[in-house]
This record gives sequence, structure tokens and C-alpha cells, in this order.
Amino acid sequence: MNAPEKLPSVKTGYIGKSEPRPNAKRLLQGRGAYVDDLRLPRLAHVVFFRSPYAHAKLRKLDLSKARAQPGVIATVGGRALAEYCTPWVGVLAHLKGIKSPPQHAIAIERACWQGEAMAAIVAESRAQAEDALAHVEAEWQERPVVTDMEAALRGDHVIHPELGDNVCFRRELNAGEVDAAFAEADLVVEETYDFGRHTGVCLEMRSILADYNAAEHSLTVYQATQAPHMMQDIFSRHLGIPEASVRVICKDVGGSYGIKVHVYPDEMATAALSVMLRRPVKFVADRLESFLTDIHAREHRAKVRLAVSREGDILAFELDDLTGIGPYSVYPRTSGIEGNQVVNLVGGPYKHQHYRALMNVVFTNKNVTCQYRAVGHPIAVALTEGIVDLAAAKLGMDPAEFRRRNLIADDAYPYAFPSGLKFEQLSHHKTLDRLLALMDYKGLRAEQQALRKKGVYRGIGLATMIEVTNPSPAFYGVGGAHISAQDGATLRLEPSGMVTVMVSVTEQGQGTEGIFAQIAATAVGVSMDKVRVITGDTGTTPYGGGTWASRGAGIGGEAVLQAGKALRSNILDVAAAILNEDKAQLDVAADAIVSKVSGEAKLPLAEVGRVGYFRPDTLPMKFQSELTVTRHYTPREYPFTFTNGMQASLVEVDPETGFVKLLKHWCVEDCGTVINPMLVDEQIRGGIVQGIGAALWEHCLYDDNGQLLNGNLADYLVPMSGEIPDIVVAHISTPTRTSELGAKGVGEAGTAGAPAAVMNAINDALAPLGARVPAQPCTPERVLQALGKV
Amino acid sequence: MSQAPATEIVTTFVLNGTPVTRRVQARQHLVDFLREEMGLTGSHTACEHGVCGACTLRVDGEIVRGCLMLAVQADGRKVDTIEGLSDSGELAALQSAFHERNALQCGFCTPGMLMAALDLLKNRPEATREQIRAHLSGNYCRCTGYHAIVDAVEAVLEAQRGAKP
Repeated sequence: MNAPEKLPSVKTGYIGKSEPRPNAKRLLQGRGAYVDDLRLPRLAHVVFFRSPYAHAKLRKLDLSKARAQPGVIATVGGRALAEYCTPWVGVLAHLKGIKSPPQHAIAIERACWQGEAMAAIVAESRAQAEDALAHVEAEWQERPVVTDMEAALRGDHVIHPELGDNVCFRRELNAGEVDAAFAEADLVVEETYDFGRHTGVCLEMRSILADYNAAEHSLTVYQATQAPHMMQDIFSRHLGIPEASVRVICKDVGGSYGIKVHVYPDEMATAALSVMLRRPVKFVADRLESFLTDIHAREHRAKVRLAVSREGDILAFELDDLTGIGPYSVYPRTSGIEGNQVVNLVGGPYKHQHYRALMNVVFTNKNVTCQYRAVGHPIAVALTEGIVDLAAAKLGMDPAEFRRRNLIADDAYPYAFPSGLKFEQLSHHKTLDRLLALMDYKGLRAEQQALRKKGVYRGIGLATMIEVTNPSPAFYGVGGAHISAQDGATLRLEPSGMVTVMVSVTEQGQGTEGIFAQIAATAVGVSMDKVRVITGDTGTTPYGGGTWASRGAGIGGEAVLQAGKALRSNILDVAAAILNEDKAQLDVAADAIVSKVSGEAKLPLAEVGRVGYFRPDTLPMKFQSELTVTRHYTPREYPFTFTNGMQASLVEVDPETGFVKLLKHWCVEDCGTVINPMLVDEQIRGGIVQGIGAALWEHCLYDDNGQLLNGNLADYLVPMSGEIPDIVVAHISTPTRTSELGAKGVGEAGTAGAPAAVMNAINDALAPLGARVPAQPCTPERVLQALGKV
Repeated sequence: MSQAPATEIVTTFVLNGTPVTRRVQARQHLVDFLREEMGLTGSHTACEHGVCGACTLRVDGEIVRGCLMLAVQADGRKVDTIEGLSDSGELAALQSAFHERNALQCGFCTPGMLMAALDLLKNRPEATREQIRAHLSGNYCRCTGYHAIVDAVEAVLEAQRGAKP
């Protein structure tokens, strides 16, 4: 104690340190608690009879033979279940004109996509329920199937006749003088890009265990979800159970990436069945069900036009985007958001002032699509960066220099983009400089030229990106959704001097509990090993939004920081009373009350706890200690706290086989304050690899009848370690001034930019061969087609 | 048609060092048996057809897919799971390296990944970074991007090589 540690200020301490996550230890020993690991007395298991057709009328459904099978507890069709669960409609008021029909937990008499749940079978074991499934008798009448987006838009067959057409949502935007800009342009480039559907492929499949208590009309739901409070509200409203009598508990989650933030009919059915049968019921999707019913994403066809001056100035962007979302807009976030984001974000890094966009979101008879990691960004970034590369090539300019010329200047902020977005402070130019140095851009270009002479086709692809993070209520709340944009943290000093932290943001593996421990320890003045974090329980944590839209660190982290500072202050009140000293002269550091001036330790924190809880009689008569505090945080100044970043990909394309080999990938990201570099870097890498998967392999393939052709992990290709290169990550740090912590979101950045970087790298490699592949995934077949070889 | 599809077979094997005897459904996969009947939930199922590696177990010293092996096939054999190898300390170096480098996020693939990595340490102690990537290609991770996993395994391999005379 002779040389006491320097007092940690709020911005130092553990902030910025690569601390290993405490909660990883249980996962490393297989001692996590995922939903399927839980066991309850009288637990029943549900499986679903699903439509084999993409669009068909269910003329007859006979469940009697299935009901008679061993172990079967109940067989339930759509009408019977509707008595327990009201339908929903996936629209939001701020997406003007969006429409979607009511959707039931179990479809009633009509299937609109292959895999839609048409009946439930509940049995004592899952195996028995699956055995009984083979005894369901159904008669179907097939209806016309709409799989093609353009056919859907034309309305050859209208999937929901009561809606009039197949258009779920349409948006037009016209900013500046677009026609004039195109008329004045020296060069207009135009290209149409195709993006296939893919999905999240969480290794832990969707899982829910609902436990209804008939005696108190209460429901406890153990669910792999990103948004426990949102689900609490939804179970409450659709099952008719008082809000505070619904408790949603989210223990360990085996990956989510946006997949587990939506309302799924089979999960609602599971909760309703628990109410109906007055016992716990569990549903865990199998992998085929996962491919058929976990939300898909992307599937866009978009034409982009770019107006450019001879000198290389971007004058205007024009976008025409079409996206197919399946037969329903997903509840409660809607399936209009992704397209909306594409419109918002196209052209976003650049300083042009003229922008026009048209976007149509159409119904199809495929699985539903909705928000998956980076929502709209991978499309917008690929469209923007693809056409920018094409324009640079046509002008004979280096793509990096073309970007430098057009990127919004680092001193131009705050900045309003023509689509209406507001940027607080971005760092495109610093990021570009850092990236080019990091990857040795000039060296790579020289190597590329040398190798081309030897018949080796390497490509370098760049992708600049902006990303929506820390969303305010403008994202969902203003549209009427019961989705919280604010989050809360409760910190409690335990008698031993430890600190318990309860936060409404959930842990999906990204390390939120770890960074909350870092922030709490720093803010209170304790060591990290004294902190325990609890998340994922509506019964114990403050109210909040959970994990989505890259908001955990920026919003939840700020709530923890403010709660930590308040607890520190309250601790000092108690300490000042115990010591009979001036609070202003005291501080908390290294698990003790110390003198602010000398740093001398005056009282262990445990003594504050002991007196505060067990001997408050020794404190002044009117003094009440408050060693538990709660604080909340809502981002308000900007609708979104934008981040920026830039990625680069180096690939080699084999023109004989069409195979693409990834050689290296770089990312420079500006997410403001980096709380834990190790966690941030690996989260970025994981996001990049999901983006690489989209660019090269991942594709939910449907035939013209709406049948999914590759619903398993052998045929749907996810990235494997052997084909992924090392990924270099670096940071520029421009903390947001909207919060004290200064953290912006980072979870989706990798996925936002990687597909564009890889696509541009492939097209750069193919350039000397006169070929281009403006499509994802960029399969060997597509490369060979572009080369005219097949 | 009403005949019960499952036949039960008495099966005896050594599970994490302890002999066990159970009546086992003939159709039940080893990983399901371990999870459902023995409460060993550390091994996970994610594809159920031998692709993703989340259910990787060790049988008689070799790594196997717990979703491709029937429980009755374990008869007379030695089965080790993540729980057993954690308690015995056999995985300690890998677990520590994974923790230090955050070579996991959601943790769902991690037990299988550790099993595959342990197999590499034993059978290919000289593996290069590229060979580590190839060896782990049968274990899918959807969160990390693999980089930190490869770093962690490489670090343990290097330590192992350095420790040898």
C-alpha cells in the first residue's frame, strides 16, 4: 500500500484493454446453458407438420391417427391454436403504405411457403412426436406459386388477393436535381446487380421452452432471443397474459446475428401450447426447419446509375431496387426495413448532392426475409462500391484515388446526406490512408501487374462503408413498435465489496457481459474480478431493447457507465459518513476508499458494504445508504450514430475453373471508443467472414415451384476455416460526443463491407479478361459464364 | 403397424473414465444419448448429419461425430466428452489459450472445436497455420471468423513444441 495505484479515471481503467471475457470459461468447458440443455418436470416436446408446398390450400387435415401414436399428448391445428394466440400484422406506421396480411401461429387452411407450420404434435419425447408426424393425413390443392420478384411485381398472381397486389412496401426518394446532373455528366455508368438469399445459420437452432403456470396465469419462457423485453410484450399481448406475469429468460445463446430477434410462428405456437396444455413445452428447430423458417435475407435485384464528371467527381446516384420478402412482412420489425436501409445508404460515403431512388418490396412464395446482420448495408455498400469501381475503371483512375477525390472530407461534419441521413463525425480519409498503408496498396498493385504477365489473376477490392449504429427511437419506436431504444443498468454493491451488474442488453457471445464488467469496474473503481454481470432476464434486469443494430456497447455501455458513476458517488456518501470526512476528498480505487489527493487507502470497500447493510445503526440518524442504483440511456441527438470503415480484399481467380481463392482481408474501422480491442477485432472478423460467405458461397436456392433445394449444411455452404484467410483489423477512433463513453456500434461492420470488397476484388482480377460478375454469391459457374466458358 | 419402432439394447461403456451400463434405444445417436440420458449437454447438435462438428466426441481416443454414431455402437468402448476432458485437465492448455485470445463467441461450436484441436495436438504436432486451418475445417464456427481459433491452437502447438527436448 506504499505506492497506491493511480486513480482510474472513467476513460481509462479497463476501457480499451483486451480483457478476456469472464463468461467464456463456462462455454469452454461445455457448461453453458442453452435452451435445449434445460430440463423441467412434465416437459413436453412439440414438432410441427409443415407444408410441403410453397402455396397450397389445405383441403383436409386429419390428425386423429397421429394423436393415437405412443406418447402423443396433443395434436393441434391452426383454428384450435388461434383460441390461445391472436394473429399479428408486420407493419410499422413510419413505413408509409406498408401492408401485410394477418399471420397466425399455425397457418389456417392455406400455406404460403414451403415449411410453413400447419399443425403441432406434442408428445412426451421429441422422437415420439416426430414418429407421430408420419401419421398426419393431409389433402392439398396447389395454388400458383410466385417465386420471381419481377413476376411478383407485375402481379401475374396475387398471393394475398385482399391486399390488391404483391407490393408490400414501396419507397421513392428524390433529392437534388438528378436529371440535370445526369444530363451534365461526362460519363454515366450503369449496372444491374443480383444478390441471392442467404441466412444466418446460427449453430444453435431456434429454441424455446415455454412454461405456463395455470395457477397464477403466468408464463416463463426460456428462449434463445436477442430481445427478451420485446418478446415479453409480445407473449403478453398475443396470449392474453398480464405483462408482468410473463418472464422471458435468455441464458446462453448459440449465435443469433439478427436471426433471433423476430417473432416466429412456431415459437409463438409453442408458448400457446404451453398455455393450452398447462405444462412446459419445448421446441427446438432441426437444421432443415431452420433453413425453411429462420428468416432469410437480402434477395435484391438493383440497377444503379452513376453520373460522373471527366475529372472524376461523382455528381449523382440513381437506384432502382427490387427485393422479395416471402409471403408475410415479419413481425414486429417488418420486412420493409432492409430495402429502406438500402435507399438510405446507397452513395452514403460520398459528397454528391443529387440522389434518386425507387424501391419495391414484394411478396413471394418463399420463406420470409427480414433483418439479418448488417440489414441492407451489404447491399447498399456493394451497389455503391461496385458502381464506383466501374466508373473509376471507365475514367482510367485508380479506385483508391477516385474514392479519395469523392469521399466526404473529414472536417465537413456534422453533415447531411441527400437521403436525409445525418452524420455526426466520420473519418473516411483517415481510414483510407490507414488502410492503404496497412495493406501496402502500392506494393500489391505492383505485384498484381507482375503476376498478370505470368497468367496469375489477382484482384484487389476496396469497400468504403457507413453503418447505422446506436439507433434512437426513430428506428422502430416511432412506427408504433413496442421495441425499446433505451436500455438500463442496475448496479448493486454487495456487502463483500463486489458489484453485481444487471443490464437489459443481452449476451449472444459477442462479449457484452465482458465489456459491461470492464465499464462497471472502471466506473465504480473496483477490479474486474469483483464484478458479476447478469443479462437476459426480464424478471431481474432493467427494461431495454436487447441486442440488435449494433447498439449493445454504445447504449447499454453508457447506461452501465452512468449507473457505475452514480454507485461510486453513493458509496462515497456512505464512506464519508463512516469516516466523518468530506466526500469531495474521497474516491474509490482498487476496491477501496482512498484519499483523492494522496491516493492513500482509507477503508476497504467491504467495510462500506458491511456498515451500509449490517450496521447502518452506526451511521448518522437521517442518513440512508443507497448502494443499488439504476440508470438508463437513450440516444437522442441523432437518429443513428453512424460509423465508418473501409475494407480490402485480395483474391486470386482461376480463369480455368472459376474458383476464387481468398488471400487476405483488411478492415479499418472507426467505432469510436474501443472498449475491448480483442473482442472488437474478433467480432469484426466474424462479421467479415459472414460477409465473405454471402459474396462467395451462401445461397438459399429455390426452384420455380418454391422448393428449397439446399436446406442442409452439406449443400448450403458456410465458410470453413480452411478457405478463410487471415484478417487484419485496425482502428481509427472518433468517439461519439453524444455519450460520455463515446462508443459506437461495431457488430455488423464486417458483414456490411466484406461482400463489396470481395466482389470488387474478383472483378478487378477479371478486368484484364474483359469479364465482370455483378452478382452474389460469385460462384465458379458465374465466373465461367462471365468469361464465356460455359 | 403398431409395433414400437425402438428396440432397447443393454450397452456398457466407459464414459469419462467411469463404467456405465444403460438400456439404450437402438436408434438413438450417441450424442443424443449423452445429452438426453446422461445429462452431458456440453456436446451440441447443429446439423445432425456429420457436417458441422458441433457434436465431436472422442471414442477410443479417436474423434467421432456424435450424430453419426449410434449409442449402442459405444458398447465396450471408451467415450470422452468435453465435460470429462475438462475435469481431467487434458484440455486445459487449449481452453486457456482460447480464453486468452477470445477464440470463441457464442460457445456453441467450442466443445467440438476443442476436441478437434486436441486431436491435432496429438496427431500433428508439427502442423503449420495452414494445416491447422485445414484440420479444423470440419468444425464450423459462425461467430469468430476462425482467426483467433487458429491463433490459439498455433500458440498451444508452439508451446508444445518448445516444451519438447
